Amino acid sequence: MIGLISYLVFFATVASILAIAVLGLNLQWGNTGLFNGGVVAFFGAGAYGTLILGSPALEGQLGGFELAYPLALTGGMVAAALLAWAVGALTLRLRHDYLAIATFGVAVAFESLMRNAEWLAGGAKGIRGFERPLRAALGDGFLYNLAFLGFVLCLLVAVYLFLERLVGSPFGRLLRAIREDEDAARSLGKRPARVRLVAFVTGSAIMGLAGGLYASFYAFVSPQDILPVLTFQIWAMLIVGGAGNNRGAIMGTVLIWGAWTGSGWALSRFAPIEAQLYTGSIQFVMIGAVIVGMLLWRPQGLFPERLVVSQSGRSN
Amino acid sequence: MQNLVDGILTGSYISLAAIGLTLVMHILRFANFSHAELLSVGAYAALVFDKAFAAVFPIAATKLAPLSLTLALLAAIVVSMAFTGATAILIDRLVFRRVRDKGNELSMVFASFGMALVMRNLIALGFGLHSQLYSRDIAFAVILSRDPLILVKPDQVFVLGAALVLMAALHLVLTRTTFGFALRAVAENPALAQVNGVDLGRMIAATWVIAGMLAAAAGVFYGLSYQLIPIMGRDLVLPVFAATIVGGIGSVYGAVLGGFIVGIASNLALLVLPSGYSPAVPFLLILAVLILRPNGLFGEARA
Amino acid sequence: MPTWGHRPVTDTILETRGLTAGYVPDLPILRDVAIRAARGRITVVIGPNGAGKSTLIKAIAGLVPVSAGTVTLEGREITGLRPDRMAAQGIAYVPQTDNIFRTLTIRQNLELALRRAGPGASGRLAALLDRFPALAPKLGDKAGTLSGGQRQFLAVAMALAADPRLILMDEPSAGLSPRATREVLEMAQALAAQGVTILLVEQNVKAALGIADHCYILAEGRNQVDGPARALLDDPVVGEIYLGGRRAETA
Ligand SMILES: Nc1ncnc2c1ncn2[C@@H]1O[C@H](COP(=O)(O)OP(=O)(O)OP(=O)(O)O)[C@@H](O)[C@H]1O
Ligand SMILES: [Mg+2]
Repeated sequence: MIGLISYLVFFATVASILAIAVLGLNLQWGNTGLFNGGVVAFFGAGAYGTLILGSPALEGQLGGFELAYPLALTGGMVAAALLAWAVGALTLRLRHDYLAIATFGVAVAFESLMRNAEWLAGGAKGIRGFERPLRAALGDGFLYNLAFLGFVLCLLVAVYLFLERLVGSPFGRLLRAIREDEDAARSLGKRPARVRLVAFVTGSAIMGLAGGLYASFYAFVSPQDILPVLTFQIWAMLIVGGAGNNRGAIMGTVLIWGAWTGSGWALSRFAPIEAQLYTGSIQFVMIGAVIVGMLLWRPQGLFPERLVVSQSGRSN
Repeated sequence: MQNLVDGILTGSYISLAAIGLTLVMHILRFANFSHAELLSVGAYAALVFDKAFAAVFPIAATKLAPLSLTLALLAAIVVSMAFTGATAILIDRLVFRRVRDKGNELSMVFASFGMALVMRNLIALGFGLHSQLYSRDIAFAVILSRDPLILVKPDQVFVLGAALVLMAALHLVLTRTTFGFALRAVAENPALAQVNGVDLGRMIAATWVIAGMLAAAAGVFYGLSYQLIPIMGRDLVLPVFAATIVGGIGSVYGAVLGGFIVGIASNLALLVLPSGYSPAVPFLLILAVLILRPNGLFGEARA
Repeated sequence: MPTWGHRPVTDTILETRGLTAGYVPDLPILRDVAIRAARGRITVVIGPNGAGKSTLIKAIAGLVPVSAGTVTLEGREITGLRPDRMAAQGIAYVPQTDNIFRTLTIRQNLELALRRAGPGASGRLAALLDRFPALAPKLGDKAGTLSGGQRQFLAVAMALAADPRLILMDEPSAGLSPRATREVLEMAQALAAQGVTILLVEQNVKAALGIADHCYILAEGRNQVDGPARALLDDPVVGEIYLGGRRAETA
């Protein structure tokens, strides 16, 4: 029983962390119409940033700043935001798919950097040695995990409320206006590229927060945590929940993460040994099929928002 | 020097793949993340057809010395090109056209993102995660020069030659046939092309066939140069995108040049960077182009 | 307000009835537009900026979705056909802007346009060049390098390539020098004399009315007035209301 509950706590923690990243993506895609093909890079920048800033000195690696946890977490977000700013500033004025390609490229480059630069973040073996905050008070057991879940949930709610207010604010209306009719917005004296950049950087910082939480939850991060499939998973969560819909995004996260862990468990349990090697391939096909299938048959998601924001009209 | 030669050889299949991608990106107006998977489709289809031909006509399985290539594989390449062209149309009918009809261009990017994952892993499930070769025989490299030492495998020379032949053929089609004019017309101004009697649907299908055929050839050439592995698409997406961006989206000749630039730069980078960083090199090229010349070498600005 | 009944034309090539069309659903730009073009005549459509003149022509060419009404060509209904089918029906369209393929050479532009005319293209190319001798020395140049007037000639040559029954021309004189304008309009006149039916949109009201047979005035997407071109040119009220200051030029 306690085993099940502690598993549920674990599941809920990871799902909530991912939900934060999905909310960040929703600001970019759902509200602004920006395709981020490298979510994992911004998630990873947050994760690595947080651990590097918060960890004690490690031999042969950057680090030893030992910043307090909230500062380290913020630093991770700043790292993600800076990365987003650099990519966005270069691409957001150009044809829309440049951003998709550049973000995809950032993720590839980021993973290759983290895998190889031992001096920076330990290379393939990753960064370990982060002291979990408040560990002295809460210990290492179930209580700690429960408290951490509470902390993550608080942040999830905070991000949710922040985004809901943002979307309802004049800035949010501006985002939609630009997505619907860029020329009209420009003729009103708005600068679409700038507004998009703000939305892109904000969304990426939120992904960075998710990455920072993820890294501190495990007190460890390595290149294995920033594989490209994470980008696909987060996208699937968003499209299932319904782009533009924050509550749907959270539900989509729970659903997809549940399906992912559930299918992984079922395959490892029931599939013949020879097929075990292909668990990943089967799951990847499922994630890809979810994305394509949703686009074809239910582009508004399983939980359509009440206030429907139409996808922007076709250009040309 | 060796790196330069290797870079040119790498460039030959990246260019072929980039031509198809740049056409699709220009005429269908979306960044197709599943384009590199067409290389895998072509490469594995050729593997299957090669085995089939060799089984039916054993004579065809003898090597055409000094190449490791057989007549069977040569025929398989041709059939695989047709097969992959048909596959590309089929995927368009099943997925992209339906998204195009109801959604916007970004939904197409998204759909191709998902399709890439599906295609890549279906190939892994069908053919196994391990790597495979067209021929088990070890191909010996020929020494082109001793000082500096330059080694080239006969197969690589074949790859370069065949890629250049395909590019020349495409060039002739685009500049000598009314079909080629129609394709270029659609790329420049689809509405005007229609007014001039061009059937847009057919041209889109033709674009996919060309893209699929060239991708198949590129995939086989990659397989001949290295090995077949289901994740080859994943490793090729970025270099091929980089080639289109360097050349300028929509420019066939830009894609050719971009492909060679990416191939050469990736191989020269090995001189200064540890090989672990090579996946990042195309991204650095993209960055450089975006900073210096956002529309690429031959591209035009277009929203 | 003066109106004129339709001249009793027995030989109508093109006719629109109740044409309602627009770029996005439920937002018609044209409402209930009715026009006719008679065989071998020049019919001109004029009106203020944004009146929907280009939209009318595009709707006839199949480039703008028609939500109500009909377009008939020689008695056959062709409403809502795809633009390439329209072309196959013998409708040629010379757009207001971007009416040639800049990246193709002049020869390639012409050969592309001749493609739908079927076999025997080389003889037809020679015939086209006879008609537009100015293009002959530049066949190998990229069309983007042509001057404005030459571009219009090329665009019209492409439109004529397949012996159309009807040519739709959208402001062929836009951006041209007075001399090139005169040349282009004279060419239109010459074509009409050869039996080609022309539906012409023009800003250059005086010149257009000078060569046209019949004229429609469009404003806010609706028919306003129509009548023989000469009569409109001389009508003081029409001049006052629709031709504005240009009335003075026509005197
Ligand atoms: N591609 C388009 N999408 C949406 N609306 C359009 C488009 N093109 C034109 N419009 C609108 O349709 C209306 C009529 O435009 P149209 O181009 O037909 O006018 P016009 O009479 O040809 O004007 P002009 O004399 O300036 O050429 C205008 O209000 C214009 O804003
Ligand atoms: Mg107009």
